[in-house]
Amino acid sequence: MRVLMLGWELPPHISGGLGTACQGLVEGLDHAGVEVVFVVPRAHGDEQAGRARVIGGDGVQLSNISGQRAAAQSPSPAPVLAGVGSAPLDKSVGAQGPESRPRVDDEPSVESPSNVHTILVESPLRPYQDAESYSDYVQGLEADGKKVVRDETQFRGHQLNEQLRAGQSESYSGAAITDPAAWEALALNAAKTAEERFLRGEDNPAEARFTGGYGADLFGEVARYAQVVAEIALREKVDLVHAHDWMTYPAGVAAARALGVPLLIHVHATEFDRSGENPDPRVFALERMGIHLADRVVCVSHFTGRTVRYRHGADPDKIRVLHNAVTQREQRDQWHTTRTVKGPVVLYLGRVTMQKGPDYFLQAAAKVVKLRPDVNFVLSGSGDMLPPMMMRSARLGLARNMFFTGFLRGKEVERMYSMADLYVMPSVSEPFGITPLEAMALDVPVIVSKQSGVSEIVANALKVDYWDVDELANKMLAVISYAPLRQQLIDQGRDEVGRMRWEVRGGLLLTYYEELVA
Amino acid sequence: MTAVTFYFQIHQPYRLRQYSFFDVGRRHDYFDDLENERIIKRVADKCYRPMTLLLEELVHRYEGRFRCSFSVSGTALDQLAHWAPDVIDTFRRLSETDCVEFLCETTHHSLASLVDEKEFRDQIRSHKARIEALTGRTPTTFRNTELVYSNHIARLAEECGFNAIMAEGADHLIGWRSPHHLYRPEGTESILAMLRSYKFSDDIAFRFSNRMWEEWPLDAHKFTRWINDLPESDEVVGLFMDFETFGEHQWEDTGIFEFMRHLPGAILEEERLSFALPSEIAANVDPIARLDAVLPVSWADAERDLTAWLGNPMQRAAHEALYELAPLVRATGDPAILETWRKLTTSDHFYYMCVKFFSDGDVHKYFSPYSSPYDAYITLMNVMGDLRQRIGAPAGLTSPQ
Repeated sequence: MRVLMLGWELPPHISGGLGTACQGLVEGLDHAGVEVVFVVPRAHGDEQAGRARVIGGDGVQLSNISGQRAAAQSPSPAPVLAGVGSAPLDKSVGAQGPESRPRVDDEPSVESPSNVHTILVESPLRPYQDAESYSDYVQGLEADGKKVVRDETQFRGHQLNEQLRAGQSESYSGAAITDPAAWEALALNAAKTAEERFLRGEDNPAEARFTGGYGADLFGEVARYAQVVAEIALREKVDLVHAHDWMTYPAGVAAARALGVPLLIHVHATEFDRSGENPDPRVFALERMGIHLADRVVCVSHFTGRTVRYRHGADPDKIRVLHNAVTQREQRDQWHTTRTVKGPVVLYLGRVTMQKGPDYFLQAAAKVVKLRPDVNFVLSGSGDMLPPMMMRSARLGLARNMFFTGFLRGKEVERMYSMADLYVMPSVSEPFGITPLEAMALDVPVIVSKQSGVSEIVANALKVDYWDVDELANKMLAVISYAPLRQQLIDQGRDEVGRMRWEVRGGLLLTYYEELVA
Repeated sequence: MTAVTFYFQIHQPYRLRQYSFFDVGRRHDYFDDLENERIIKRVADKCYRPMTLLLEELVHRYEGRFRCSFSVSGTALDQLAHWAPDVIDTFRRLSETDCVEFLCETTHHSLASLVDEKEFRDQIRSHKARIEALTGRTPTTFRNTELVYSNHIARLAEECGFNAIMAEGADHLIGWRSPHHLYRPEGTESILAMLRSYKFSDDIAFRFSNRMWEEWPLDAHKFTRWINDLPESDEVVGLFMDFETFGEHQWEDTGIFEFMRHLPGAILEEERLSFALPSEIAANVDPIARLDAVLPVSWADAERDLTAWLGNPMQRAAHEALYELAPLVRATGDPAILETWRKLTTSDHFYYMCVKFFSDGDVHKYFSPYSSPYDAYITLMNVMGDLRQRIGAPAGLTSPQ
């Protein structure tokens, strides 16, 4: 079994999330004996020497960092995409301007297992971007000297324009595409174009239709990424395509159609989890397109399975559930720092957005403090709801008990966990929610909302409906007050998390693959 | 001759209502009356009523040759008296036939035998009086909560005047020996231990409806043949099980009632087989050997030990905290407080806290009103917090170091 996976790398500073899940899955698949061609976007300049090929934004292979070893292990033909496979990375970088921005990532870079063959595609796509944050990011890159294409007609490429002109969809301007059918046409066209070019043997980079610049808007970049990936896919011999979350869905469709293999999409979160009842119609259109065209829709929880079924109209027969696992750490207690805070510490750690339920945390805190004024509450993270939450905590009379740390990164996160007596995840809508498992792995008892995917698989956690503030306060008080309860949650929780292994998930994922690849 | 001795257990706890930390000091009604009523009525409809009537029919049809025994906890008797009083009437009629014996247990189905000898004796005395009031007879056979049994418990039962005590015929208790004899508990002089034949009991109680079981479907004649094939020297086959087996655990459509309807006839067709009450067995059969149980044995879970109730630190801490209150509860001299506290001693509250999720835990989950053992602990501790305040005990809430 050989799979083309359109995934994500560990993003800097952010614990949990897509990058972590992709890394775990790839390891789990490796354990199950599946070969993975792992395609990830990476902004120019973020390259770190790993065993990976780098594909430039113009479709040109910049270098083969993996060298002979990876090429020898890979059953795929030697990289032919560019015909300039030996072009030194520096040369290309030089042409683009100074790109050696320091990486401040605390996380170790992806250590690829032996059966994994990574292809980096130059693209500024990152998980959890929205249209705004993409623009900000690309503007930053532009300031660093990177070319960004303002003219929409360029990043789409002429072939795509023809297709659009043929009336298969309305004019493509990123902001206008809210029709899943338009995205479908776009993805299929990308596949067709790539195929035709491949058959004609047009591998000359001089004829690359890509401009080498990034899309000025997120949706344009998503479209461009689909075309690049379709080109790459045609050089790989794989049994199926596996795409993670909406930004890669057009690429997944394009690659699967170009190759004539099944498509499996993996839903880690939906627009409804991010934006509640006010979804971005462009993102929703992309999700709908991917979910409808995929042969399998793997969801990180039954909770998410219900979302794609009832919100996106997914065929229930196509839905499979694969819960996330936990990357097992050897060293757990290196952050058992001496406590400097007096009184119990109850922690919220995550993005401070409506969907994460920070307000319920505050309301429960206000109730707890009435009985136990010695309890400290810590709200860690940033987000659009942070300023209102700070105001609200003052109004609720929590000034003395509520602390705001802002965004924590890397080791600060673990240090924060080690100071906590209780971790609370009161999410309104949480497709999975890995952070409670991280807390449990670090010997912190947790309360999770029942509206989270993780509550489906974790037994040794307390569970509440996010809106049931009284019950949340009751459980906070119980954990703080009853030492045997706390100890039991810690001991059993540690064991339970230790059993949630990616190897097991990899085995299950393989069975989902096998349903598609007879 | 080999005697078949049926003993059916009837027990229902007083389940707690949702009781929050914020209720402490504010409300003193701890029990979920609606839920308790709903459950006892449901079980009465599905099991207690039809099955007691069937047994009555069988007793009359076989003119006294079919016999069986019951142990009914005080908390079950109270709830039946309240919500299904006709079942109590049937008990009384059954007892009047002389073919049905009622055993003694601790009124509140507690684990007092393990931690509080005074409470243990008090609950026995209280239950004995209830059974006497119900049947007009003094019970002579004792069955401890969940068949928790040890040398020490047997000795206490002997001191309380019982002739026999029930125990699980667990492998780790009897080893190579047969459960089909009477034994004399180590350290006692007159009391006899009657053992549950777990293989035959579980054929009915657990495996009866299991289609994966190679013996499925089980009928009365096949079951009788198995017992008839036992060695001639086997004296008694103890079929001890929850009464809820009939109609509640094994639904009516599994054929469990039909099985029981035909079993007495099948057994009585065999010359060497008969039915006998525990008191008759105790009077007529001699013990074959000493039985040594230093550590307590029970009939629960695969382990047949105490881990279902006191296996994890949470369960032990809660149980300890409850019995710490015993002297203060008694000192109030308030019968209502004592009764409330005793309702908390019911073993089920601790059973719900079991975290043996992955095998026996399934059974625990099935019987639990809580979605998690942690919720069970939190609720009981909150309730205890209120009770503690009412009787003037020190707060005793522990905080993180």
